[in-house]
Amino acid sequence: MNMDQALQTYIEESRGLLDEMESILLRLESEPQDEETVNAMFRAAHTIKGSAGLFGLDAIVAFTHVVENVLDEVREGTQAVNGELVELLLKCCDHIGLLITVVAEAGEMLDMEQAAAGEAIAAVLRSLMGGAASGVAMPAVQEPRLDASGGGPIEGDYWHISLGFGPDVLRNGMDPISFIRYLSTIGDIVSLRVDDSELPELNAIDPESCYLSFSIEFKSEADKKTIEDAFEFVREDCRLRIFPPPSHLAAFVERLEHASGNTDMLGQLLIEAGILTSNELEDALAAQENTMAAGGGAKLPIGEVLVKEGVVQKEVVDVALEKQRQIRDHKAQEAKFIRVSAEKLDELINLVGELVIAGAGASLLAHRSGDVALHESTSVVSGLVEEIRDGALKLRMVEIGETFNRFQRVVRDVSKELGKDIGLEISGAETELDKTVVEKIGDPLMHLVRNAMDHGIESAEARMAAGKPAKGSLRLNAYHDSGSIVIEVADDGGGLKKERILKKAVERGIISPGQTLSDNDIYNLIFEAGFSTADQVTSLSGRGVGMDVVKRNIQALRGTVDIESLEGHGTTVRIRLPLTLAIIDGFLVGVGKSAFVVPLDMVLECIELSDADRKAADTRNYVNLRGEVLPFVRLRDQFEVNAAAGKRENIVVVQYGGQKAGFVVDELMGEFQTVIKPLGSVFRHLRGISGSTILGTGEVALILDVPALVQLGVARDEQMVMHGA
Amino acid sequence: MDINAQQVNGICTLQMEGELTIYHGQEIRDGLIEHLAANNEIELNLSGITEMDTAGFQLLLAAKREGTRLGKIVRFVSHSQATLDVIDLYSMAAQFGDPLLISARQ
Repeated sequence: MNMDQALQTYIEESRGLLDEMESILLRLESEPQDEETVNAMFRAAHTIKGSAGLFGLDAIVAFTHVVENVLDEVREGTQAVNGELVELLLKCCDHIGLLITVVAEAGEMLDMEQAAAGEAIAAVLRSLMGGAASGVAMPAVQEPRLDASGGGPIEGDYWHISLGFGPDVLRNGMDPISFIRYLSTIGDIVSLRVDDSELPELNAIDPESCYLSFSIEFKSEADKKTIEDAFEFVREDCRLRIFPPPSHLAAFVERLEHASGNTDMLGQLLIEAGILTSNELEDALAAQENTMAAGGGAKLPIGEVLVKEGVVQKEVVDVALEKQRQIRDHKAQEAKFIRVSAEKLDELINLVGELVIAGAGASLLAHRSGDVALHESTSVVSGLVEEIRDGALKLRMVEIGETFNRFQRVVRDVSKELGKDIGLEISGAETELDKTVVEKIGDPLMHLVRNAMDHGIESAEARMAAGKPAKGSLRLNAYHDSGSIVIEVADDGGGLKKERILKKAVERGIISPGQTLSDNDIYNLIFEAGFSTADQVTSLSGRGVGMDVVKRNIQALRGTVDIESLEGHGTTVRIRLPLTLAIIDGFLVGVGKSAFVVPLDMVLECIELSDADRKAADTRNYVNLRGEVLPFVRLRDQFEVNAAAGKRENIVVVQYGGQKAGFVVDELMGEFQTVIKPLGSVFRHLRGISGSTILGTGEVALILDVPALVQLGVARDEQMVMHGA
Repeated sequence: MDINAQQVNGICTLQMEGELTIYHGQEIRDGLIEHLAANNEIELNLSGITEMDTAGFQLLLAAKREGTRLGKIVRFVSHSQATLDVIDLYSMAAQFGDPLLISARQ
């Protein structure tokens, strides 16, 4: 195996593990009792350390070792989990991340400052350990007894059945005699001992109550379930413990080791191996609930409950736990992804793009040939091509949740830094978008989140005074909306103050005094370069760099950003991005001899431009669409197509970002799978065109930049209305 | 269920007839208490027991223990097959420590 490649894998894996540790730590703050999470964290640290050793990355090994030791103590319960420890461990994660970047990835050493910081963290960790080590050694956990009441320890190679009847069993018409008789039909009762210690004095006896319990040595080839079933009718009324013969233990262990791995639940594992019956598991789970209620919320592991209740031997539980761990590890590995280089994926998507174009050519020829069978088969092919296209594009789609979750930490740290109490709410985490977009959206989002926390959300006092809860709330939300993904960063803070923005804008010469602007235009001013309304410049924001960069970054992704704000109630920044960057479903329209593609997701409807409207359209650029004013753009004029207008014209009604507009075209040519070919940089300044595509005939069609055209149509419309007024 | 008491040489012989089961639990218990209080030595003849269940078994066991507690003698004789079956099943022949035929069960 190529060492470089292995190292690359290690680096990626470690980053994943660190992310996992970090999210566990953040969860640990809210539920410090959870043992499994601590275990997972320990395993993560352990894996990072172990693999670092393989690559001879001693610096990582040394540091992670200390972390691992502390986590081990946490796991053992000798180290209490509190806010400070979580804080410290979060720093550890950061430092390990730094080590991985510097030592593993770049192959360099930490600089003095970084090394000193790491050493400082390690020193604190060691001091924590020292405290525990000098303390009294933990008392050994008392081994739970195996033998049940009334039964001696297991002897001989027999099943041992301990059977305690409830007082009502006789009254309910059951008699232990019949069960014991039945038992003797599935095996030999080697010995039976009646425990009559509960039997009261004669005059205190209720003749209808049962006071006896039994312990039975039973020789049988039957399995545990069969034996348990013998007592099926009295299950509710008896306390049944069935211990397998010692010789079975080895068999159990073996069966456990060969368990199918279909389940990683301890109880299910034991059932599968025939050690536990489902009834016993139910009882144990109930007992677990009970002890949890009694023990103030602490939940005993099910394995411990089973041993304590004397249902399963400790040795067996240990084996089962080991098996469970193996299955979980295995599962964790299975759940991991195949790493494919982005290049290969891009190559595939390019090919699919070519396939779509070639397919379109083929179906066009088929259509022209008039051969029905050929036409039919090409349409099946195009159906499949469409599916392949969607599948290929989905490969690049990732959920935005991962990006969102990173902000948990950011919000936590920043709110501490600012001394504000701010909670982060995440919704729409499962919304998918193109991986390249996800990668590029991180920085703008970071700016927006920090900005919202710093400027948006007020101090606790100010919030209380305004009658709002002291704890501020920041919301990250994502959803799909007509071919784009919308990401919202919302806060419940003070909102944008229009007067201050206007004043500042005038000061900076961005607008001239006396200029009247719509609310939206005012809010958009904050995206101007060198604009900041914060009275105080903090380390986080307020220096006026950021918002303009945010806007530029988003525009580079063919996205838009707008702001909604209500003074005193909060601000929502809404980012709208195209879902994919490669292939879209398009709607093909014709103007003269030219073809244009409108992204289908944005098309609302098509209507014919009536003669009356055509005449009127010379003087105005809007039509009456069912009582609504619909501004439109004549593509013929817009792109200066030199061909006489056809007999009829149509309007394609599109919607973007809540605004509607119409495009006037000659011909509607229907749906078309569109592979976006970016325009060369020569055409960068072309307005209204976002790319090109190749038609089945080999001709080029331009893809309309709907947002820009809608903007144009609406703006023109407003101008005309203003001039007209 | 009938209990017929007979006094022979200061020994109270109780001839029990019928089902020694939960259905007659109360009367058997009361009968046993009554005779135990009145006599120093009781012999229970089980030959007439046609059926015994765990409730009946418990009562016999309790009567035996009660006798020991009071320093009186309680003895079981002439076990019927029905009683032997239960005593056997429960491996309690020793507790009913009286002349008892060992049944053929292995």
